[in-house]
Amino acid sequence: MLGLYLHRESPVHALPAGWKLLALAVSATAAFFVSDLAVLGAALAACVLLFVAARLPLRVAIDQLRPLLPVLLLFFAVQAAFVSWQAGCLMVGRFAVLVLLAGLVTLTTRASDMIDTLERALGVFRPLGVNAGKVSLMLALTIRLIPVLVDLVQEIRMAQRARGVERSPMALLVPLMVKTLRMADNLSDALEARGYDPH
Amino acid sequence: MIELRNVRHRYGEREVLRGIDLTLTERRVAVVGSNGSGKSTLARLLNGLLVPTEGQVLVDGIDTRKDARAVRRRVGFVFQDPDMQIVYPTVEEDVAFGLKNLRLPRDEIARRVDAALARFDLTEHRTWPAHLLSGGQKQLLAIASVLVLDPAYVVFDEPTTLLDLRNCRRIAQVIRDLPETAILVSHDLDLVAQAERVIVLDEGRVVADDAPAPALAAYVARMS
Amino acid sequence: MSSFDTRDIVHCALFAAIVAALGLLPPIPLAFIPVPITAQTLGVMLAGAMLGAKRGGMALVLFLLLVAAGLPLLAGGRGGFGVFLGPTGGFVLGFPLGAFVIGWLVERLPRSGNVATLFIACVIGGIAAVYALGVPWLVLVGGLPFEKAAAGSLAFIPGDLIKAGIAAFVAAAVRRGYPTLATR
Repeated sequence: MLGLYLHRESPVHALPAGWKLLALAVSATAAFFVSDLAVLGAALAACVLLFVAARLPLRVAIDQLRPLLPVLLLFFAVQAAFVSWQAGCLMVGRFAVLVLLAGLVTLTTRASDMIDTLERALGVFRPLGVNAGKVSLMLALTIRLIPVLVDLVQEIRMAQRARGVERSPMALLVPLMVKTLRMADNLSDALEARGYDPH
Repeated sequence: MIELRNVRHRYGEREVLRGIDLTLTERRVAVVGSNGSGKSTLARLLNGLLVPTEGQVLVDGIDTRKDARAVRRRVGFVFQDPDMQIVYPTVEEDVAFGLKNLRLPRDEIARRVDAALARFDLTEHRTWPAHLLSGGQKQLLAIASVLVLDPAYVVFDEPTTLLDLRNCRRIAQVIRDLPETAILVSHDLDLVAQAERVIVLDEGRVVADDAPAPALAAYVARMS
Repeated sequence: MSSFDTRDIVHCALFAAIVAALGLLPPIPLAFIPVPITAQTLGVMLAGAMLGAKRGGMALVLFLLLVAAGLPLLAGGRGGFGVFLGPTGGFVLGFPLGAFVIGWLVERLPRSGNVATLFIACVIGGIAAVYALGVPWLVLVGGLPFEKAAAGSLAFIPGDLIKAGIAAFVAAAVRRGYPTLATR
């Protein structure tokens, strides 16, 4: 499964997904309460060290932050103008720490392992009526169907181009909806034909 | 043995099957008919995916109305479009899916998956994502994932319609070699010719029921 | 969700895959506005409008679980937990809520096959509900004062209104043209 995982032999990679999630939750919560720039600076340094421990190049850490740059700069400007530049730095720093930590978890954990862990975590919600088995099947089915739907969308786009209507969202979305809903019938039949029983 | 007794089937106002009485005992049975003849509906009645609005369908004595699940354990179903029946992202996971529904022990599942993959030359591709397979391989995967359940009967609904010539021939060969009893619903006259018995449907009724040559002659005559 | 039957399971997975597929599409230029639109949030609205509250919401939960697992399914190829902890995190977390609210309204409002009704549902669910999570998140995590966060987000509302309109027309057309496609 193609995900954002970057394989390395490192202690961070080897750590089980559940522990990493827990660590992320704890440190993210802690980061919320930081209001001291010096402490934030230390936290950022710690993040960099963790990337080093994970044997991931610094370039990768920067890549986590790059897409956020425009938004962060905008908010920094707003903060600096209306509150103070310190508040702006605090905000940017906080986001940076959060995104780096979260990114590290994603980069060092295989998607399949993460899915297994998330499925187990969902077991907690069983009393609320959450059926882990069904969620598990739905997740697998979704992963299986993404390339099928990407192909379908591309097919419809091509048909749109052929008819000169590529700028019409209706010409894309109505056929997409119709074909998808028809697919649902076939897929349900297939599931039942192979003995799937939701009860 | 599969029996259809006085079967009628309606979708809303439209009557799709008008009085079908058949007893299927042959190892290879083909059902042909034009679009709208009712053959896809007939196929789906054979494994309990549909229950007839009137009449009964019995598989080895089990009424599809009473125990569709038991029927489905006996009757496998291969759909026309493999993309519509592949459920799991990778080849081996998809083959294992049906076995998991039977709640078999893990090592039994592994053994049967290995055997099914080997049978259809998919072992090398076992960890591949299904969407990277060719059309022919996808159809083989669909067949493997059904046959791994050891059904006594297999219904094929237009198995070669979406395939190119080479893959048609390949699937036809695979079907020819199947020890299980197969019911083929198809337009593909080459495929149909390998059957022992050919049933021709037109507008919901059986209009010919014979060996391939005479039945197909009747079919072609009707279509002209 | 224990009440989900086979068809429900398939619907949820299909629409989760649609939201993902729409995110993988490059932005679509439209005939009547100068800026191409990302179709992903359209997918969120359609999930709610076509599937109703529980299934629409579930479809988006599935989508988010896969994003969290590290699949780059969010428009722009983004994925992983970082998405949720960044500035747009609240908006993304709002996807399931938005779909749920849209579905809830579509299930209950009279004349739900009507473009106007569907539009209202998409605006309340797809915009109000989503922003109700997105803006406070910005305040909470970014420490932005509320008015500034809200004002900044207003820039996106016209685009989202257009998307709500498109979703309404599509949903109405599908229901009208194919009434037998049971969506509940």
